[in-house]
Amino acid sequence: MIWVNDIIQGILLGGLYALFACGLSLMFGVMKVINLAHGDLAVVAAYVALGVIALTHIPGVWSFVLVVPIMAVGGYFLQRTLIQASLERGTITTLLVTFGLSIVIETVLLQFLSANSHGIPDGSFGTASFSIGSQISIGWLDLIILVVAVTVLLVLQFYLSRSRNGRLIRAVADDREAAQLAGADYRHIFGIAAAIALGTVALAGVAYFGMYSQFDPTIGTGQLLLYAFEVVVIGGLGSLWGTLAGGIVLGVVQQIGAQIGGAAHPDYQFLAGQLVFLAVLVVLPQGLTGIRRTA
Amino acid sequence: MSTTGSRAAALVPAFTAPDVRVTRSRRSTVWVAAVAVVLVAVLAYLPYLVYSGTTSLLVNVFILMIMASMWNLLAGYAGLVSVGQQGFVGIGAYAVVVFAQHGVDVFVALPLAMLVSGIVGIPVWWLLRRLRTAYFAIASWVVASVLAAIVTSISSLGSGTGISLLPYLNFSATLLGAITYWAALTVLVAALAAGYLLLRGRGGLVLTAVRDDEIAARSAGGRVGRVQRLVFVVAAIGCGGAGALLAISQIFVQGSNVFNVSWSAEMIFATIIGGIGSIEGPIIGAIIYYVIYETLGNYGTWYFIVLGVIAMAVAIWARRGLWGLVADRFNIRIFPVGYYLWPRADMVPAASVPPGPVPGTPVPPPAAPAASPSPAGEELGADGG
Repeated sequence: MIWVNDIIQGILLGGLYALFACGLSLMFGVMKVINLAHGDLAVVAAYVALGVIALTHIPGVWSFVLVVPIMAVGGYFLQRTLIQASLERGTITTLLVTFGLSIVIETVLLQFLSANSHGIPDGSFGTASFSIGSQISIGWLDLIILVVAVTVLLVLQFYLSRSRNGRLIRAVADDREAAQLAGADYRHIFGIAAAIALGTVALAGVAYFGMYSQFDPTIGTGQLLLYAFEVVVIGGLGSLWGTLAGGIVLGVVQQIGAQIGGAAHPDYQFLAGQLVFLAVLVVLPQGLTGIRRTA
Repeated sequence: MSTTGSRAAALVPAFTAPDVRVTRSRRSTVWVAAVAVVLVAVLAYLPYLVYSGTTSLLVNVFILMIMASMWNLLAGYAGLVSVGQQGFVGIGAYAVVVFAQHGVDVFVALPLAMLVSGIVGIPVWWLLRRLRTAYFAIASWVVASVLAAIVTSISSLGSGTGISLLPYLNFSATLLGAITYWAALTVLVAALAAGYLLLRGRGGLVLTAVRDDEIAARSAGGRVGRVQRLVFVVAAIGCGGAGALLAISQIFVQGSNVFNVSWSAEMIFATIIGGIGSIEGPIIGAIIYYVIYETLGNYGTWYFIVLGVIAMAVAIWARRGLWGLVADRFNIRIFPVGYYLWPRADMVPAASVPPGPVPGTPVPPPAAPAASPSPAGEELGADGG
């Protein structure tokens, strides 16, 4: 019964991981950029949330209403300046520049905001739960986060397939030159994709640090980026539903690892996810749903 | 070059022996070698002249130079952007501890730790060999954190809290400092020599080709995978040596320190600022790194922020780094690894230069441009990114 509970908790966590990863997947799909600062941007979003809560006194869980648009606008400008400049110079430059950005963000946060851990207050609602049987207890907020994550993936799918901007994003992703000949400003489209990516990562950051974990400046590089990339690789690049599948696999595997490790080996949680990731890379390099040949 | 070649080939139907002489350098390199020998000799004598504060700073500079040179071989030549070299730094550091625990002198343990690190590198390469760019970067990072998790779970190595080397160091403080310095200098010279010989040898041509375009290098018949594996293992050995030196110089080994991704950040920043894709670049980058560190050292972590911002700017606007700017401006190569083609008409008397085929010489074009010597291998697609 304890294993059933682990799997359920893993699925709940997996929805959040998918939300983390979908921005990374979108940026890779559209711009062929793996943003190594992805995890740090989630941490930045969490600090922005703290600032928003301090200034406006809105309840913690609702801070995303302001944080998501702030981060989305930031993402647009980040794309139009730094990332655009580096991606015009090649894949390796993009990797090095986003890695540098990641380290610089982490160091700036450490310098100005100290290494202290924080949490986003989620009130009494954060601990409210309902039980099935004697061993399974499901938090309401966990469930809501899973529903939100799936809804965001659905909306994103719908947006990409139906809306005008979504069609432009797909056109630019398929063939940048041809889309530009047809009148699309690909830099602006890239900016929109980056704004969506950072909006989702901000939402995921607020939810994750409100619900599951404390945050400090170092958690972005060490953990979140690796989680997001593991989800994308396990699920297969370029597929939003693959991302959801990857998130759930990672969440369940981590919960099982945590159960095996117990209190004596808390790092088994991360180790289990990482070993599954490496196994997928070796055995199934295109992921669970991978049909595209990846670089 | 290819257009000139094909046009000339059209004029001359049969392929005749090329009328060129191939050298590795524009000028004689004897004086460079002499300066290098003198410099190493002076550096080796330094512990007798300066206080231990200076030599222990230089040990850190040498460690960064070793790491940056290794990362440069990986990313600058073999096309493998690793963010996981801290895994080998940690393996090297902990290997010294294990050998010391079994009664081996730490300075004997140093080369053994490098060997261990290289051996660990072989299965890691097998795991990563098909991955490139971001996949390679993040997968190497994940491997490093798996290695960290395994090593720091061993209780005889102090688990996560770390372990001291002090019980195994039977030297006076002064002597320990001096021997550590000489060991660091030795590993640095060996690392630079290894990188230089690797690039001068048969594999160097493949590596330079991979630096410019891996797919083209493969389709031209280069044994890319084999050379990449060699470079990966050499980089594992070098970073293991850097980690072992780190353990000896800090006397204390802690997993969260030696396995920290900030080692990768340091080697990447130093290499990019100094100049990726040249042997000189990482050396200069490590010096700049410590100049900035010493200048801004009193202002917390600002030095690291400044270095990161400079590295990003250099990666975008001056892709071959500071050394690239200097080398292009003044046409200097301290470590010549390219080829120069000289038309026979300009040939100096044969006694001064050994003629004959150099291993791995590219097939020169039937007619080299007549007027001036054309730098061939070095200049081909030199913007290595």
